[in-house]
Amino acid sequence: MAERGRTPAAPAELVVRGGTVTDRSGERRADVRVADGRVVEVGADLAAGRGATVLDAAGCAVAPGLVDLHTHLRQPGREEAETIETGTRAAALGGFTAVVAMPNTEPALDSAEAVRSVLELARGATAHVAVAGAITVGRAGERLAPLAELAALGVRLFTDDGDGVQSAGLMRRALEYGRGLGVTLAQHCEDRSLAAGGAMHEGAWSSRLGLPGTPAAAEEVMVARDIALARVTGGRVHFLHLSTAGSVELVRRARAEGLAVTAEAAPHHFTLTDGCAAGFDPVFKVNPPLRPPADVDAVRAGLADGTLDAIATDHAPHAPEAKDLPFEQAPAGMLGLETALALALTELDLPLARVLALLSWQPAAIAGLDAAHGGDQGGDVTPGAPAHLCVVDPGATWTVAATALASRSRNTPYAGRTLTGRVRHTVLAGEPVVVDGEAQR
Amino acid sequence: MSGFPTHLLSMDDLDVAAIGEVLRVADSFAEVGRRANPKVPTLRGRTVATLFFEDSTRTRMSFETAAKRMSADVLSFAPGSSSVNKGESLRDTVETVQAIGMDAVIIRHASSGVPAQVARWVDHCAVINAGDGCHQHPTQALLDVFTVRQVLGGGDDGLARFRGLRVTIVGDVRHSRVARSQVAAYAALGAEVTLVGPATLLPPSLEGWPVAAAGHDLDAVLATTEVLSLLRLQGERGSGTFVPSLREYTASFGLTARRAARLAPGTPILHPGPIVRGVEIAAEVADLPAARITDQVRNGVAVRMAVLFLLLGQGRHDGAARG
Repeated sequence: MAERGRTPAAPAELVVRGGTVTDRSGERRADVRVADGRVVEVGADLAAGRGATVLDAAGCAVAPGLVDLHTHLRQPGREEAETIETGTRAAALGGFTAVVAMPNTEPALDSAEAVRSVLELARGATAHVAVAGAITVGRAGERLAPLAELAALGVRLFTDDGDGVQSAGLMRRALEYGRGLGVTLAQHCEDRSLAAGGAMHEGAWSSRLGLPGTPAAAEEVMVARDIALARVTGGRVHFLHLSTAGSVELVRRARAEGLAVTAEAAPHHFTLTDGCAAGFDPVFKVNPPLRPPADVDAVRAGLADGTLDAIATDHAPHAPEAKDLPFEQAPAGMLGLETALALALTELDLPLARVLALLSWQPAAIAGLDAAHGGDQGGDVTPGAPAHLCVVDPGATWTVAATALASRSRNTPYAGRTLTGRVRHTVLAGEPVVVDGEAQR
Repeated sequence: MSGFPTHLLSMDDLDVAAIGEVLRVADSFAEVGRRANPKVPTLRGRTVATLFFEDSTRTRMSFETAAKRMSADVLSFAPGSSSVNKGESLRDTVETVQAIGMDAVIIRHASSGVPAQVARWVDHCAVINAGDGCHQHPTQALLDVFTVRQVLGGGDDGLARFRGLRVTIVGDVRHSRVARSQVAAYAALGAEVTLVGPATLLPPSLEGWPVAAAGHDLDAVLATTEVLSLLRLQGERGSGTFVPSLREYTASFGLTARRAARLAPGTPILHPGPIVRGVEIAAEVADLPAARITDQVRNGVAVRMAVLFLLLGQGRHDGAARG
């Protein structure tokens, strides 16, 4: 997709002062000077010119902007839950400078017209919006969407997210066809016949609560199937929101075999367990469902040992009335953009640079938004690089308040939780879109 | 009164002392039920609403009779005749009912957890679960325990008789809110509960369930069973796809006359109703004196009076508190 230059609101000169630049190349104490949307100087004690905007970054990491592989912006069709404007504001507050918008909108993003319309609406948004296209027409799982036509518009990731492609034969064709286009197919792994209307993880808690459960196997059989298909086709598969120990192990073996598979995990799958559903509060309903502690541990281990390449939010806004339905009928999904980085820093026992890798340059590469794929996200903070920056204070604590979130919806499962690590500033193409934790527009 | 919860959402809300209290209070209300004029002024001036989002004849009638025998005003809410069909949300419905001024709402819903959700939305109003999805049906378990105690007798409050009592629960445990409440009630009283059913109709996990055993062979446990509790096959929850056929289910798990004969004489046979004769229980067995199905229905009124009394009586949830 087109590179973004300096936006109209960007100051002519911006200096990020007093932080530690942290990117794929390592960590170094340095100030960062930005002009015309690009990093122009990285070094100690940079002087700010007259009229320059100065952002204090004392005690902070100055990193490439975060990239979310998995965002539901809900526009078009569900604007009561989120819009591109509110969703990208939430993204900016979470330190993201790019998000991949999932195609399960109404209508689905399965045509050039639909993709163009979202890209048009996203122009000038406070985060770059890349579009994931649908694999099948209407996400119905029956025939392929015009993948080449969408790829020509810059779509690099395709998924029917919200549903898995149920037909193995169709998925095989999609992988073969996609390989020829150089795109990645992202799978929401859920075998519908096994999930069978499950409202939570099938296990001790679902049995006690009398709620229909989705077994871990519903996810794992599709992970196993698609690994076999990746082997047959040579196509690239990305596994969305993996949630079970079995899935992580399958991916670990596939990687050892050298297959072109990547995988992500969502923050709720390494921070919450199926027992959260005990009070029947639909804010804890999500798909894939929250799993037992052993699965949570496996997801954490997968993030730690590199089996899982990315943390992706699966930011899924739902209007309050939708979450006031009975648990079984309430829609699945949780907000994620504004809490993801803090949850990773608070809950994962990983160095800051590793967390940033999982949230910035690794997902940028999977999304095809990095320099290697013609994009400008996730790159090192060096002179000449586009100024997409996330300035995070890893020691700052804050308490999540649902009403303080920028998202149009309120369905965070973390309300009241105190987290360590807070996004202080976010810079998009040289424009400080978040300053001291406040959205600037 | 100490220790009785604000709402009755699950059998897990009641400890042994609270169960004992319900049974003792129910004893006196059962006596009221035998009078020529079975009415007491206990809840005069109180208003109780039944919100039945799912069909039910006996439970609703039982609760409404219980409330009326205690002189409470009873409002009956049926979704078919209400604004739910016009798209009103559950929460709005509940808030409307509360605004009218209820001391208690008695809720039945096809989805598990709805009473717990409703309890979070109301102030100064007791929520009673009259059956939610596959989750809980606490008053059914209480009336079962009351009925068993009536049959078995025993000293003091009759609770000692439950210690080590071998209770067998047969059938579609997976989809049964009754079974979940029964297990909690019997286990709290010290009974040894055995679950029997085809593997597809037992819960996917029994981790944390206070049961002594779970198996698939009804014939193997009949001789040692002291209380036999049958469950209805929940066709409306799709349990039909969990067994090849009703015929095959009945062959393995139906209480036929031949199986009933293998029970020790006098072993109480319970069923929450409505019974499906010829599937989980043979017609002639349902009419045996050991079958306590009619007693259960009768006792249901006394037990529900006791629950209403303990939740609403003696100054709880009174008009002043409602403000």
